[in-house]
Formats: sequence, C-alpha cells, structure tokens
Amino acid sequence: MAASDEASRQFAGLSDVSISEDIPVEGDISVPLGPSSRQRDDEFSTLDEPVKETILRDLRAVGSKFIHVLYPKRSTALLRDWDLWGPLLLCVTLALLLQGGAADSDDQGGPQFAEVFVIVWFGSIIITLNSKLLGGTISFFQSLCVLGYCIMPLTAAMAVCRIVLVGGAGKVSFAVRLVVVTLSFGWSTFASTAFLGDSQPPGRKALVVYPVFLFYFVIGWMILTFSPSQ
Amino acid sequence: MASTNDPFQFQEFEEAGNLLDANRDATTISIEDDDMPEKQRKATGFTPDVDDLDPLASDDTTELLSGQKKSAPIWTFEYYQKFFDIETHHVKERIIGSMLPWPGKNFIHVHLRRNPDLYGPFWICTTLVFALAISGNLSNFVVFLGKPNYKYTPQFQKVTIAATAIFSYAWLVPLGLWGVLLWRNNKIMNLVSYSFLEITCVYGYSLAIYIPAVVLWIFPYEWLRWCSIVVALCLSGSVLVMTFWPAVREDHPKVMIAIMSSIVLLNVLLAVGCKSYFFSNPEVVVPPTGNLTATALIKAPSAT
Repeated sequence: MAASDEASRQFAGLSDVSISEDIPVEGDISVPLGPSSRQRDDEFSTLDEPVKETILRDLRAVGSKFIHVLYPKRSTALLRDWDLWGPLLLCVTLALLLQGGAADSDDQGGPQFAEVFVIVWFGSIIITLNSKLLGGTISFFQSLCVLGYCIMPLTAAMAVCRIVLVGGAGKVSFAVRLVVVTLSFGWSTFASTAFLGDSQPPGRKALVVYPVFLFYFVIGWMILTFSPSQ
Repeated sequence: MASTNDPFQFQEFEEAGNLLDANRDATTISIEDDDMPEKQRKATGFTPDVDDLDPLASDDTTELLSGQKKSAPIWTFEYYQKFFDIETHHVKERIIGSMLPWPGKNFIHVHLRRNPDLYGPFWICTTLVFALAISGNLSNFVVFLGKPNYKYTPQFQKVTIAATAIFSYAWLVPLGLWGVLLWRNNKIMNLVSYSFLEITCVYGYSLAIYIPAVVLWIFPYEWLRWCSIVVALCLSGSVLVMTFWPAVREDHPKVMIAIMSSIVLLNVLLAVGCKSYFFSNPEVVVPPTGNLTATALIKAPSAT
C-alpha cells in the first residue's frame, strides 16, 4: 500500500493514470481444463461410441430428410447436411421392386436392375451438371442428394402399384395405378423444385426445372408400365 | 497531401474516374455510373497529381474494366459454362423460330446472334429420344388393345437404339457438315462461315418440330402419320436449307447441290427410319373386322 502511494505521488503530474512500476504482475495464464474441452473431445472421437449409436445417428438423419420430402417447404435442411444413403436406399428399393415383371421370362421387356441404377444416377448427375452450368449455386452432392431423396414418392407409388397388381391387372387397376403414379410424379417434381428453386438465377428457373420434370416422368413411366408376370 | 514525383513511394490510389480527371483524354471504360465521378469531383475538389503515373493507370484500368473475358482452357468447367449463357425466353424464341421458318430469316443470324448454346440441342435430343421410345411403346399398346394374346412389354432397349440414332444425327452430321464447309471455305472465299457450335445448335433446334410429330404417331392411322411426317420434314428441312443457303451459295453449283441435297436427305432418312423402326406394328394390321363383315354382307346377297 505504501509503495503504491509513493508511486502515485511520483506521477502526480499525470491526471488520471497512476502506473506503478513496483507492483509486479502476477497470475496464472494456463487455461483450466474444464468440462467444455472434454465435450469438444467427445464430439470428434466417434470411435469410442457403440456401433448402434453411429448407425442410429445416420438413420435419424436419413429419416428426418424423408420427412422433409413428405412435407416439402422451402427449407435448407436437405441442402445443409447432404448424404447419399437415402438416395442409394431408394434406388435399390425401386430397382428391386421393378424386378420380377414380365421381363423375366423374355429377354425383351422391363428394365434390368442395372438399367434402373444407370437411369437414376446418370440422370441425376446430368441434371446436376446442367444446373451448375446454368449458374446454379448449389453444390454437386447437394443436388444429387435432393434429387435422390425426391424419388421417395415414386418408390412409394411403385410399392402401391405392386400391391394393386396382386389384385389383378385389369382396367380398374390400371386406372388406379395411373392416378397414383401421376400424383406421386407431381409430388416428386414439386418437392425437388421447392428445394432446388432458390439456388438458380431468376431468368433460368424453367430451364432447370424442365430436366427434373423429364427425369421423374421417365421414372414414372417405368413404374406405370411395369406389368407382372402371368 | 504531398505530391509525389517519386514513383516508388507508396500511395493510395482512388477510383479510376478520379484518377483520370487529370487526363481527360485517356481511354478508359468505367463500369460504374458516369455521374459518380462527377459528384465526387465536386465534393472533394482536388485533382491528385498523377500525371507521371497516368498512362500506366489508364492501361490497367482499361484492361480490367473493358470486360474482356479470357477464354478458359478447354478442360475447365468455366469453358463450358459460356455455352449455357441463355435465359428461358431465349430458348423459347429459338424453339419457335425453328418450327416456323420465315423466308429470308436465317436462324443463325436472327436467333443465335453469336451466342450458340448447348442447352437446347442436348435437351431437345434427350426429349425426342424418350418421346420416341414411349410413343413407340404406346402405339404398339394401342394397336393391340384388347387382343388376348398380346403380352405388353415395355421394350426398354428401344431407348438405347433411339438415343444412338438421334444423338449421332444431331452431333455427327454437324461435324461432317462443318468439315465440308471448312474445306470449301479454303477453296472459295465465302462471305458466311459458321462455327461448329452454331451448326450443332441449328441441327439441335431443328429437331424440336419432331417432338409433337412423334406424339401424333401414337394414333395408328397411317394417313395421320404420313401427314405429320411430311409437315415436320418440310418445316425442319426448310429451316436447315435457309440457314445453310448463304454459306454455299457462292460455291460451284454441283457442290452446292450436293451439300443441300445431302442435308435434306439425311433429315428424311432420320424421320422415315425412326417411323418405320419404332412404329411398324409387328403383325400386319389386317383390315379391321368391319371390312370383313362388309365383304361378307356383299357376298351374302349374291349367294342367295
């Protein structure tokens, strides 16, 4: 205390500031290890968690995206965390459901498993390239993710069609299938444009939407023309 | 503000408009409003002394602001982006222009205007491929509707064949034509020469008229099919002929006739080939039962 009084008297000329050169600065500079850094460590090392946890996390992400497709609104959830598990699952399911048709006995006929894969993935890649060339701001994998997830209504329609076909293949079943496929095709196109719409420059939206429309139309056509083996 | 005659001393540079006030004669192109430099001039009311640095400054800003695009190398993404530099209404105008040829209106000059695009040709070809496959399938289905021994098959391999035919017409024929025109251009100085992309663009857009024609082919009436094919051929053929006429007009008559007739012939081949391959109903369409009963009726009175 006395030392500080002397020091302040020495520098009495200075109006506000009293800097004492005698009092040393002390303290502890090291950052204490608290609970925050431990959490940060845990977030990055997912090697320690049980496998069930890992799988459930991915499944939850996929499931939440399915729900976003079911109720499409302008949201960026699909775009922010893209993943390709959902599209892969949907593509495999669709290709499996399109098997077992009249094609099996003949060599002509329905799409083979590989053809469905090629159409879905190759088509998505071409549409993505198209939208990027037209100046879209969406990234390559985000666009693939959106297009893949929006196949979900069409896959559901395929499942419904197969169930309807169990009951018979007459005109009524055809009418029902036509209505179901048309509705799901419209839903898919609407959902994907709801997600992709904002990323395009304004004068070119129709140019980007048309290939998406064609893509889902072709998939819808494949579903509608599926005829069961008799 | 110290006026610097020493070029090595660091100094701040302002906007081009202000910098070049000292030298009004310098050629620059500014992308901002012309009003802004004037307002700034009035506000600040000083002219920096940059006479010695002026030529350099004006050159730099000229190059930066002139808007010249450096052409990107062929393996980058940006190179292909400049072929997609169109808006929706451009595509609409080009499609309509390819369906309604007007005598004297050259498609390339009127619609392309030095901005050929790859969007139109590619997506029109793709749409035509799927339209052809689906319509062919549907026409078979309609013809055999109700017949008990017909098993409906989607026939997906037709998509591959249609794709090969149409894409090779739309991309290989322009390549050949461009090569021929280039060769003739070396021999005879033509006034008009088209780039490969412009030729591909014309060919791609000229296929647009076939899409509604192909949809009309679903109905199994031969007269309808032949009518629509003739109309489509006339329209698309005339677009192609009017586009390439100025390019071969000054040439030797034989060469001119050869080129023109090969353009038209290939177009005809494509249309007729597609029709006969995809829309030939496998069994001969026997005259419908109505005709048979009519002949039976005619025969019956003579029998009695």
